[in-house]
Amino acid sequence: MTVHDMKHAASDSARLEAVGGRLSRVDGPAKITGAAKYAFEQQLEGLTHAVLVGATIAAGKVSAIDSRAAETAPGVLAVLTPDTIMELKGASDWLGNPPSQPTYNPLAREVTYSGQHIAAVVAETFEQAVAAAALVKVWYDETPAIVDLSDGKAGDGIPIDAMTKEWGDAQAAFAAAPVRICAAYNTPREFQAAMEPHGLIARWEGDELTIWEPSQWLDGMARTYAEWFGVPFENVRLVSPYIGGGFGSKALALAHSAVAAAAAKMLGRPVKLVLNRPQNFTSYGGRAATRQTVAIGADKNGRIQSIVHRGVNETAVDGMWVEPLGSVTSIMYATPNFSSRQNVVRVNTVVPGAKRAPGENPSAFGIECAIDELAHELGLDPLEMRLINYAEQDPHAKKAWSTRQLREAFAAGAEAFGWAKRSAAPRSMRDGHQLIGWGMAAGTYPVRRAHGEAVVKILADGSVVVESSSIDMGQGTYTILAQTAAETLGVAVERVSVKLGDSHFARAGVTGGSRLAGVMTGAVYKAAGQALDELIGLALSDPRSPFQKLQANTLQVRDGRIASPRGEGPELSVAEFMAAVGREQIEAKGDTLPASTTAEERYANYTTIAKSIPHTEGDYSRHSWCAHFVEVRVDEDFGTVRVSRVVSALDSGRLYNPKLAESQWKGGIIMGIGQALLEEGIVDRRHGRIVNGNFADYMLPTNADIPDIQTISVGIPDPHSSALGGKGVGELAIVGIAPAIANAVFHATGKRVRDLPITLEKLI
Amino acid sequence: MRDFSYFRADNIEAARNAAALPGAMLLAGGTTLIDLAKCGVAEPSTVIDISHIKGLNAIDVTADRAVIGALARMSHVADDPQVKNLFPAVSEALWQAASAQLRNMATVGGNLMQRTRCPYFRDPQNFPACNKRAPGSGCSAIGGVTRGHAVLGVSEACIATYPGDLAVALVAFDAEVDLGERKLKVEDFFLAPGATAEQEHDIRPGEVITAIEIPGSAAARRSTYIKVRDRQSYEFAAASAAVGLELESDGRTVRDIRVALGGVATKPWRVRAVEDALKGKALSEELVRKASELAMEGAVDHGANHYKIALAPRVIARAILELGETA
Ligand SMILES: Cc1cc2nc3c(=O)[nH]c(=O)nc-3n(C[C@H](O)[C@H](O)[C@H](O)COP(=O)(O)OP(=O)(O)OC[C@H]3O[C@@H](n4cnc5c(N)ncnc54)[C@H](O)[C@@H]3O)c2cc1C
Ligand code: SF4
Repeated sequence: MTVHDMKHAASDSARLEAVGGRLSRVDGPAKITGAAKYAFEQQLEGLTHAVLVGATIAAGKVSAIDSRAAETAPGVLAVLTPDTIMELKGASDWLGNPPSQPTYNPLAREVTYSGQHIAAVVAETFEQAVAAAALVKVWYDETPAIVDLSDGKAGDGIPIDAMTKEWGDAQAAFAAAPVRICAAYNTPREFQAAMEPHGLIARWEGDELTIWEPSQWLDGMARTYAEWFGVPFENVRLVSPYIGGGFGSKALALAHSAVAAAAAKMLGRPVKLVLNRPQNFTSYGGRAATRQTVAIGADKNGRIQSIVHRGVNETAVDGMWVEPLGSVTSIMYATPNFSSRQNVVRVNTVVPGAKRAPGENPSAFGIECAIDELAHELGLDPLEMRLINYAEQDPHAKKAWSTRQLREAFAAGAEAFGWAKRSAAPRSMRDGHQLIGWGMAAGTYPVRRAHGEAVVKILADGSVVVESSSIDMGQGTYTILAQTAAETLGVAVERVSVKLGDSHFARAGVTGGSRLAGVMTGAVYKAAGQALDELIGLALSDPRSPFQKLQANTLQVRDGRIASPRGEGPELSVAEFMAAVGREQIEAKGDTLPASTTAEERYANYTTIAKSIPHTEGDYSRHSWCAHFVEVRVDEDFGTVRVSRVVSALDSGRLYNPKLAESQWKGGIIMGIGQALLEEGIVDRRHGRIVNGNFADYMLPTNADIPDIQTISVGIPDPHSSALGGKGVGELAIVGIAPAIANAVFHATGKRVRDLPITLEKLI
Repeated sequence: MRDFSYFRADNIEAARNAAALPGAMLLAGGTTLIDLAKCGVAEPSTVIDISHIKGLNAIDVTADRAVIGALARMSHVADDPQVKNLFPAVSEALWQAASAQLRNMATVGGNLMQRTRCPYFRDPQNFPACNKRAPGSGCSAIGGVTRGHAVLGVSEACIATYPGDLAVALVAFDAEVDLGERKLKVEDFFLAPGATAEQEHDIRPGEVITAIEIPGSAAARRSTYIKVRDRQSYEFAAASAAVGLELESDGRTVRDIRVALGGVATKPWRVRAVEDALKGKALSEELVRKASELAMEGAVDHGANHYKIALAPRVIARAILELGETA
């Protein structure tokens, strides 16, 4: 522990290892020393290597494939094409909807995006597979592609009625409002850009399939594999001990996963397939490009009368992705009249997917820039503007907030940043050639809830094992579950070992939407509580127990020792007690589902997202909240933007581990800085192909781009959101960063950039 | 990636002999060569590893000249106290290049020889047409994504930017490359594409760069390298300028000035028009900004790279003004 940690630990009321303590990541040493073995680092006997061949056109048909040269190349075991790969069955989607087609071919005859997999080469070594893959010749009948939202052929798209949110008469109220702004905001295609690429090792033993694959959702992916190959769910084992970044991209079994598993089945040997970096930009979807228009009408005092919002996001020709663009627009501010509608437009891309705070993130970019524009129009301070229109309840659901510490976030953030010293006029602060701007924005993310189960075992030596098929992709699951079990069972956290990332462990739903911590701490709390009850019950009733003759009605466990609460009678360590009663282990399985839940419902609960609980269920509307305050320096000659200061105050309810929560918040803020200033998938409009699909050309922020970031927790325990009072952490902090930066750039330069990223040519 | 044979050269003669073989390529730090081999752009039949040759990594700096061995690492040259002292623009160009990890591996010889970052050049599978890779096949960039492409020295055959930083500082100070039998001005060593985009350097089969020589000068002593890019580090230049300045004893009249541009041209680009417009004149911001505009004479943009025409003169002006202020 560093000195810095000690200071925090001392100032925290909670003990380091208890829930709420600033325990360092328990998996940290393994990762730093290289001992942590990631999914496809497994060494297997007889391992073979598969390399994919991708389409070089964005639309059309594969007319012919000549694989002869590849087949006879050194080391090659098989060349799979759409015609030679084994037939798979269609699998249901993540909502549990049955497959639209009875069969599934992960290698395409009909090409709908550049880079789509059309063949695969399997060889003894990786190098042989790479060399042979380059020998596969493909001919196409190319047809015109729709490359992006601005393509003339793209059209207006498909209205998504489920996204419509309306109350009052928004159009009329906007037309009648004395002060109005209306502007269009665009975000480009962005990518999750995890350091660890996608990939897997697949091995069949008879009818049993083992998959080592980084996964945000073992049970969901196991279900997909089981359905593709027509084997029972139990026959599929997914192993994912560590994940080198997912950000939403690693929750589904994808086409390349199917290719590897099929190849392993066909060859009767284990197959490893890892996407190379460019393939990581074309094999699964990043954040869809979006377009929004936001029109706000207000009275002269700045009170909002109406918000009219229209959104569009791109989706694939043969797959649907809706990025909910009205999600923040509809809840952030009180307004008597509101209208939000959304279309999706099909373009030739791989189906877009989830990237950190899908929906909320671009939605906030629209509304939080628009509010800033309105404040400027009215001559109001942007913070005052937000307070005037503070939503005292959920304006859409018309329900009370479970907790909403946003006012506190505004106050704490503004104070720490020194917002009161801001000079209102754009271009009024400078340091030499650097124009200085201060901007702010708010953010929010709903509390997504689901169910989970966990097994807690008390072993003969008094140590504790927690097992769950949930995962840790860096957010700290290993650590907070250890803390939860330690606190519940009254043992030291070093005595708890947490085992995650194996689908044969107790089940868990998807790790996404910032739900895992709330769900899994609840499940571990319950399982550990049951194990403790069993331990104490045994101590009170077992004839061999030294506590039996106490005739007490309860006992307590503290620091790993069992004693009566009144301090009378014997005191034994858990290990001594286990020896006394002759028990090898005590095991309890706990879940957060109602006892009446059927086996079928449980299966659906863990392998689909259809059963997640709406955040507006019952009497409350549940969300995390945040306020960001940002300083930028814009070079007046060069147009380069550097973020020089960030202060964010955040309400994630109770924090299970503040140290890890802060680290996740900072990660979100950093990602938001990248989104605001750098990230953009650039498409060649003639070929419909991403041309910067690598880490030299797809710009992510470096250390030098990141200033000191101060985060302040303003949350209070929210009993309506989770068992232990926490709300979502992981996705919240990215929401609102891009608009805070865009607003700061306006304050610095007087120029509104409504198209992300804010690159230098937009400012010179 | 295809099979190749590997040959480790123990001395420069062996390297030269091996380099004369068809399909042979030199390997120094490997940071360009291995990258391009993975992209399928470089397909050497023989790789000649020169990184073990002794005595090619010396850094020898006097007030008169700097002689830097071809195998000297970028990070060593950037950190050399004498280079910092007598040729600050060279040090600054190096430490703003690439990343710390790359600078620790990469050599200055390899740095000069790095290839363009044109995305079409680097993706032969998806974009077969590229005159630089396959002469006569056409240029995939023209009409495509051109934000990073050159505005100076372009031709109908190729508009690819020379991406390196070091060479920009070198051409500003009349440095030479030592090829053994021949010594060439760095400025002449690099070739603009014209009709032969595949010919980037005046280097013949069997020639190996052994050293870089930079004449010392008052302008080199008071010099700087400004590199502008969206990302604070680890990105190629949107535009960069190496500038050296020598003033008369009045502290404002220009006796000697050197100006070169990076990130905007097909080769490291010396801009004598700017130098000539300022020599003998007293510095003022207005004059400097006006003179800097001359650097863009003959500039041609392809849409998305239009901003470079506005940006590059500002980079030059800022560099000159910064040096003028530190008089
Ligand atoms: C992601 C990334 C970012 C980068 N950013 C920058 C940047 O911002 N600025 C910048 O300037 N550079 C940048 N670079 C380029 C980097 O500086 C070069 O890759 C490096 O300098 C090459 O040196 P090397 O020794 O590794 O060359 P190698 O890869 O070994 O060789 C490169 C080429 O030079 C030839 N060669 C090597 N030595 C000799 C010699 N003595 N004589 C003749 N030919 C020789 C080789 O045959 C080969 O063709 C970047 C590179 C990468 C990969
Ligand atoms: S600009 Fe030059 S390098 Fe790029 S595609 Fe055209 S010819 Fe090739």
